[in-house]
Amino acid sequence: MLAAIGADSIDDLFADVPEGVRLGRPLELPAGKPEQEVYGYLRDLAALNVSAEDEISFVGAGMYDHYVPALIDSILARSEFLTPYTPYQPEISQGGLQVMFEYQTAISELTGLPVSNASVYEGPSAVAAAGYLAKLHQPARSRFLVSRALHPHSRETLATTSVGWGTAIEEIPLADGVTDAGALADALDDDVSAVFLQYPNFLGAVEDLDALVPAARESGALVIAQCDPLALGILRPPGDFGVDVAVGEGQTLGNRLDFGGPSFGFFAAQQAHVRRMPGRIAGETADVDGRRGFVLTLQTREQHIRREKATHNICTAQALNALAGMLYLSWLGRAGLVELGELMLQRTAYARDALAAIEGVEPLHSQPVVREFAVALDADVDAVIERCAADGVNPGFPLGREYPEHGNGLLVALTEQRSKADIDRLASTLQAAVREAVPA
Amino acid sequence: MSAEPAAPAGTRLSETAQQRDRAVTIYERSHPGRRAFVAPELDVPRREGLLPERFRRSEPARLPEVAEPEIVRHYNRLSKRNFDLDTGFYPLGSCTMKHNPKLHERVAALPGNARLHPLQHPRRAQGALRLMWELQSALAEIAGLPHVSLQPSAGSHGELAGVLLTRAYHEDRGERRTKVLTPDTAHGTNPATVTMAGFEVVKVGTDDRGGVDLDDLAAKAGDDVACLMLTNPNTLGLFDPAIEEIERIVHDAGATLYYDGANLNAVMGRTRPGDMGFDIVHFNLHKTFTQPHGGGGPGAGPIAVSERIEPFIPRPQVVRRESDDGAGPTFALDHDRPKSIGRLRGFQGNYGVFVRSYAYILSLGSDGLQEASETAVLNANYLMARLRETVGEHLPPAYDRTCMHEFVLTGGPMKNALGIRTLDLAKRLLDHGFHPPTVYFPLLVDEALLIEPTETETRETLDAFAEIVGEILAEAAGDPAAARNAPYTTPVRRLDEAGAAKRPVIRQPL
Amino acid sequence: MAEASYPSDLKYHEEHDWARIDGDTATFGITWYAQDQLGEVVFFDLPGTGKTVSRGEPYAEVESVKAVSDVIAPLSGEIVEVNDALSSGPEAINDDPYGGGWMVKVRLSDPSEVDDLMDASAYEESLT
Repeated sequence: MLAAIGADSIDDLFADVPEGVRLGRPLELPAGKPEQEVYGYLRDLAALNVSAEDEISFVGAGMYDHYVPALIDSILARSEFLTPYTPYQPEISQGGLQVMFEYQTAISELTGLPVSNASVYEGPSAVAAAGYLAKLHQPARSRFLVSRALHPHSRETLATTSVGWGTAIEEIPLADGVTDAGALADALDDDVSAVFLQYPNFLGAVEDLDALVPAARESGALVIAQCDPLALGILRPPGDFGVDVAVGEGQTLGNRLDFGGPSFGFFAAQQAHVRRMPGRIAGETADVDGRRGFVLTLQTREQHIRREKATHNICTAQALNALAGMLYLSWLGRAGLVELGELMLQRTAYARDALAAIEGVEPLHSQPVVREFAVALDADVDAVIERCAADGVNPGFPLGREYPEHGNGLLVALTEQRSKADIDRLASTLQAAVREAVPA
Repeated sequence: MSAEPAAPAGTRLSETAQQRDRAVTIYERSHPGRRAFVAPELDVPRREGLLPERFRRSEPARLPEVAEPEIVRHYNRLSKRNFDLDTGFYPLGSCTMKHNPKLHERVAALPGNARLHPLQHPRRAQGALRLMWELQSALAEIAGLPHVSLQPSAGSHGELAGVLLTRAYHEDRGERRTKVLTPDTAHGTNPATVTMAGFEVVKVGTDDRGGVDLDDLAAKAGDDVACLMLTNPNTLGLFDPAIEEIERIVHDAGATLYYDGANLNAVMGRTRPGDMGFDIVHFNLHKTFTQPHGGGGPGAGPIAVSERIEPFIPRPQVVRRESDDGAGPTFALDHDRPKSIGRLRGFQGNYGVFVRSYAYILSLGSDGLQEASETAVLNANYLMARLRETVGEHLPPAYDRTCMHEFVLTGGPMKNALGIRTLDLAKRLLDHGFHPPTVYFPLLVDEALLIEPTETETRETLDAFAEIVGEILAEAAGDPAAARNAPYTTPVRRLDEAGAAKRPVIRQPL
Repeated sequence: MAEASYPSDLKYHEEHDWARIDGDTATFGITWYAQDQLGEVVFFDLPGTGKTVSRGEPYAEVESVKAVSDVIAPLSGEIVEVNDALSSGPEAINDDPYGGGWMVKVRLSDPSEVDDLMDASAYEESLT
């Protein structure tokens, strides 16, 4: 091969690399290992983790331990879905493009909004992307009003990402576990670019969007809602309330926990915003012979064409994870999504009552909840968690670092995998732990 | 995808089996009442009125109604309408379509990884945190920069992190800089990132050797410039030998130097961006480190930074702590980073991607990674030489230089002499069972064809590709219509993209 | 429009825009050359009436499938009318760039700028 090139050695091919920057030594990494050794090493590392396989877990806060049906594993393992690149040559990418189209339809249905893209990275960065859309929509407006019940990671990601936009973030406080409508109304003026809400909110409460959205819209601000896509199976969709952009974390739809990623973010909007949406969008069309087909469309929004004026810098998104989401929604089906929602609604109510009956445990609020709720413990929450862990139960996410006003708060999540027996076990384990722990 | 015989000049093949299989969506396969999911029994007392009526959906979302066999069959059939890397050669320049080792799926699927909640107490996630820390260390060694954050979820996300870090660095020094320089050959994500980070894009020219125009750079590198974003080798596949001078100019102006790691596959073990003087580097784990592309993600875009940028890196950071009780080190998520730019996403990043990339690094090791880069460069130069033989007259390299892991040909002569464009060549390649190279990028080259074979292709495959490209051009000399009307044998033929843009239909009406 | 054409009753700007002068108002559009370079136009972002335009500065964008181009104002003034039909029928820009593909009507702020524009033959010559 070197002869064909006209070079004497591999070194010749690197002649353009100046002496001064040549490494001149091997990389200081271990030598390569055979497959079985790599497997053994990583298997041993994985064994150090306590996963939902090993304990009864009630931790949520954005990612949830649902049952992922086996058909998702088998379809995602197909080379034709796993290994191709972004569909730049549509003639040989009809599989991936049609999946995007079907997925966009499903997200549109869930959110009640007419347009959806083909995925973004995950929840919090989707919220930030929605903020960028608001910024492009009305560049002169500079205030972002953000509910304190928006996921803490979303609030922080928005703050980090927006630092160069000339916008300022103001937090709207809560009243009894939901966004304080009066405080929001007082804060609104014609300099507000967007209002950010979560539905259900981070503390599990179903926000009364009728009490919040109209005032925001009247001020001319965009309304952005981070939503739990599974809860949208039984909740009135954000589009119905006049929300402009609905985004969210898609992991709960057929994706693994994977210690936080990869998952996908969904992004849906009112028709008026379609040309400012980020990311890939698949559209239906026909070929030269009239065959139905799909292509990436409205590409002039994107970085590879619009460059510095693009609606976002995103290139690679989460196509495979969005496929998993679509498979999950097909598996649940029209009726199944509703049944799952109703099941979680009932079990969550049962769980909240069961924990509220424990001495030293009190619900943080009494708002309607769908699949997650918060309690305050009259005990050191970290000690309680350790005590529960010893009994093989992970009772929930400690709220204190993100919500210092709920120093010994615990966020408890349900999925269909947590049965009544599991909930009863949580209650008795928590009761014992609270009793034994140092008072708060 | 099996290759059908080439279309005879001027005529069209009758419909192929793939084409006869018309597109039907999952919604169109639905029938009321069909289902796959079986809900668990309600085992708690049913309560009414848990949700006020006005909070409830009045109609269920119109999701598909299909049973498992239909779902499996629908998506299986759909998958067969995709070409993929496991099936054939995929020389997509700038994308590094190298083989995705199958071990990686096995380790990613281990329950200790797949079913681990991101908010599990760190004490009970030591395997994951240690894996992340070890990956960080390996990436630091490969980049030649000491501090790594795994948080960004894709290359663009890493670029955004890098420019935000630059902003924080300058602000910390009390400086307000407003501009970021990018070469005119830059990938579109670079300028898009600059705008998102609140800076103004200033383009730097490329000289006729394919490197940064140093005079233009020196003229533009003023004290209002925050950063130069560069990749080396660049998007033309050329290593810029003036990198030391570039570094001097940029650092003398007080700006940071950012490395877009999309082309890292060319240089592992040979040179390191840290040693070239870069302050911030992003990696594309879905390029260099074999995370499968998934048809458009997931990926990951971790960053490596120099000492002076370290205080600003995203939070939380995976750290290693020596324990004082002799029990061995523990790994933790450090949130206590007062100068950090903050978070760019939820939780810790795309951990499933880290598992696969780390498995790759463990498998190849020091020697293997260097060999990967050397073979990538060898394969690219070899393919460029073979194509010079078969089609050099009409499809010559844009630059008469040794390339690195990829190279650009220009289809300008082909267009003038044979009447077919780069686009037509790409579409005709589909009929021969190859994924085409990248077309019309970089923008600097007329009728560009950017070819990156990667190190995991055999010589036979490269020879076959060079031959086929020769055949297509020879065919065009006699009958340009054959390529202009291609492809013939794919599930659909050329699609009306203008119609899709004018009248977008982006969801199924139900 | 298949064949290149540059009507002689129009004035031309080097950035491939034309102006039809009518007293103190002018109609603007893009030339045959511009639409040919762009390919099939899929979207034209209509500017608003009342907007000020400046000679040599972009006032709108025109999109094909794979490209976006600035539309440059050949003369300065205020937009008094926009061609709404281009919203649903942007292809008029390709099919009839000097007729149905007209973009805006502008009340000129400085009619003497017309002297700086080229006539049809000068413009056509500049393209070679």
